[in-house]
Amino acid sequence: MGLDFSVVPGYFGVLLQGMAWTVAITLGAGILSFFGGIIFAVAALYAPWFIRLPMRLFAWLFMGTPLLLQLFLIYFGLIQIGIDLPAFVAGIIGLGLHFAVYNSELIQSSILAVDKGQYEGARTLGLSRGQTLRQIIIPQAVHAVIPPMGNNMIALLKDSALVSVIGVMELTLAAQQSISRTYRPFEFYIAAAFCYYIINLALEAGLRRLERRIAASR
Amino acid sequence: MRSSAFVEIKNAAKSFGTLQVLRDINLSVERGQIVAIIGPSGSGKSTLLRAINELDPLTSGEVWLEGVQINRQLPPRQYEKHVNQVRQNIGMVFQHFNLFPHLTVRGNITLAPRMLKGISEADANALAEEQLTKVGLLEKIDEYPSRLSGGQKQRVAIARALAMKPKVMLFDEATSALDPELVEEVNQVMKQLAEEHMTMIIVTHEMDFAASVCDRVIFMDGGVVVEEGPPSVLFKNPQEERTRNFLRKHLARNGD
Amino acid sequence: MSALLVLARKTISKGPNMDIDLILRVYPFFIEAAWVTIELSVLTTILGLTCGALGAAARLSRNVVLRAIGAVYVSVFRGTPALIQLFILYFGGPQIGINLDAFDAGVIGLGVNIGAYMTETMRGAIISVNKGQTEAARTLGMSRWETMRKVVLPQAMRMMIRPLGVNINALIKGTALVAAISVVELTYTAQRYIGSTYKPFEMFLLSGVLYMVIIYIVGHGISWLDRKARIV
Repeated sequence: MGLDFSVVPGYFGVLLQGMAWTVAITLGAGILSFFGGIIFAVAALYAPWFIRLPMRLFAWLFMGTPLLLQLFLIYFGLIQIGIDLPAFVAGIIGLGLHFAVYNSELIQSSILAVDKGQYEGARTLGLSRGQTLRQIIIPQAVHAVIPPMGNNMIALLKDSALVSVIGVMELTLAAQQSISRTYRPFEFYIAAAFCYYIINLALEAGLRRLERRIAASR
Repeated sequence: MRSSAFVEIKNAAKSFGTLQVLRDINLSVERGQIVAIIGPSGSGKSTLLRAINELDPLTSGEVWLEGVQINRQLPPRQYEKHVNQVRQNIGMVFQHFNLFPHLTVRGNITLAPRMLKGISEADANALAEEQLTKVGLLEKIDEYPSRLSGGQKQRVAIARALAMKPKVMLFDEATSALDPELVEEVNQVMKQLAEEHMTMIIVTHEMDFAASVCDRVIFMDGGVVVEEGPPSVLFKNPQEERTRNFLRKHLARNGD
Repeated sequence: MSALLVLARKTISKGPNMDIDLILRVYPFFIEAAWVTIELSVLTTILGLTCGALGAAARLSRNVVLRAIGAVYVSVFRGTPALIQLFILYFGGPQIGINLDAFDAGVIGLGVNIGAYMTETMRGAIISVNKGQTEAARTLGMSRWETMRKVVLPQAMRMMIRPLGVNINALIKGTALVAAISVVELTYTAQRYIGSTYKPFEMFLLSGVLYMVIIYIVGHGISWLDRKARIV
């Protein structure tokens, strides 16, 4: 069986829709991983031990096991306890939590690296601990790790292909469905790869612009 | 026990582990007085200054500001609230400025007044403009700190502290991190504050500045106040051997 | 966050009636699967390091064509999902005359993929050594190749151990992807038992612990290597 890319344009709409879902899932999980990362980092550093310890365990487990396994756990685990979320929500939660753990590690070390003088400067003005953290420390800590968090976002885009395994209708699954009708895996997976590559380029360009803007404001 | 002086420190002692950095220090400052604290590094002068606003709380002793004890023993939650309250009355200027790099000059100055005094954005802006005019940096209001020279940074830091309308200003070696040619502009601002009768406690290495601006000079060494008096007496005619030694060494170092 | 709380609550309420019997009954299958994961990891690492070394050599070469090939390799393989690359090879391969069984496709797909990341790791280490050292060596009259082999590479190799360790850590977790082409390794086994027992948490823990044991041992091995290389 030779190659015949002429079947691909017929499924253009399907692939485009898959692309849109991939972008939506990446953005949704990206936002979750950003804010989740901040919340986890603050909790890991400042929460009382009965929150800190389970969080540590959770982070350890999530960093030491494959994302695919975690997606199975979340998708099937939630069903088991009676929460029947749509697959794409479970996918966003799984991807978001996974990368939140990685972002949290970045933000934690960044918080610890903020100059002690910043804390003193804010406290001497009368700002409370919480105000100092929110207004002074966290903005600076997050600022400093935008580039590595951007790399995590790029990894997230590519790992979003995994949610096809739990039945989320995104680009990879769109390609699979087209294949099940045409029996042309090579052509459609190449087409999907091409689509991912385009999104990846756009995301990288966007992140570079963001970094430049941040660098300019400093 | 109410205190009559504006700022009063009683029997202050402080140790880090086994190292005793302050022993039994008593000091009172009247309203509008300008006091310099001098001494070799490690003498405890910065620690004393930082104890006044509870950055480095004392191990024992009392600190009072206008009849209110700053270092009261309180349950943690109340203590936190109390300290945040009293710190609003005490402006502090650091050696390394500690400006917030992610905020503009305006943001640096208006942050605390807006958050803590609940004043409107318009009023906060007016306040920032007023204070920046005072330190001669109004045109820098929308710059980020990284775009300023060291002297300009320190003047903004002073404006930031003044925007809280403090009752007393603490200066912790405010000019020692600056290039020599930038020291004067900061000194000018401090002199101006002195003319306005701001109460100031100044930890410094600059004897000339202390002599020309301050009402009283305190010489500390080894965690105790060795000698204090008006600059005319302490610099010209020190009574203690340790003071004489310190001043001699200091002059020799600056002389060459 | 709420999902986290739900999970935490579940752990607590499930704790006492966690199905220990089930775990004891199925764990031998997981151990067996873990060996497959280890085998996959080792072979993928070897292939990845090979591709990485070739890729780095190409990207640093003076030949424009080689440099371009290296750049395209890195960009394409890092710019698209590993899962898609695996699917192209395994499902699309037969269309262009490449017939591999799932395990071999897994090793080749993952190895070439991680090789692109290792290319950048190795290139980064070599460049960071290159600058001053090369000038010094060249003024001594050493050729470009001699300089690379005798001066730059020995230093760069030491510097790349730790970042390559990060790549290998990612690679071990990445082997889970071959579950999607039905290689019976840890994740596939977990997935299968989740499907048949409806005990996702127990299965996750069982396979998760095994992954962490592997990662822990490899991590320590790499730290040991790194320390040893630093002393020399």
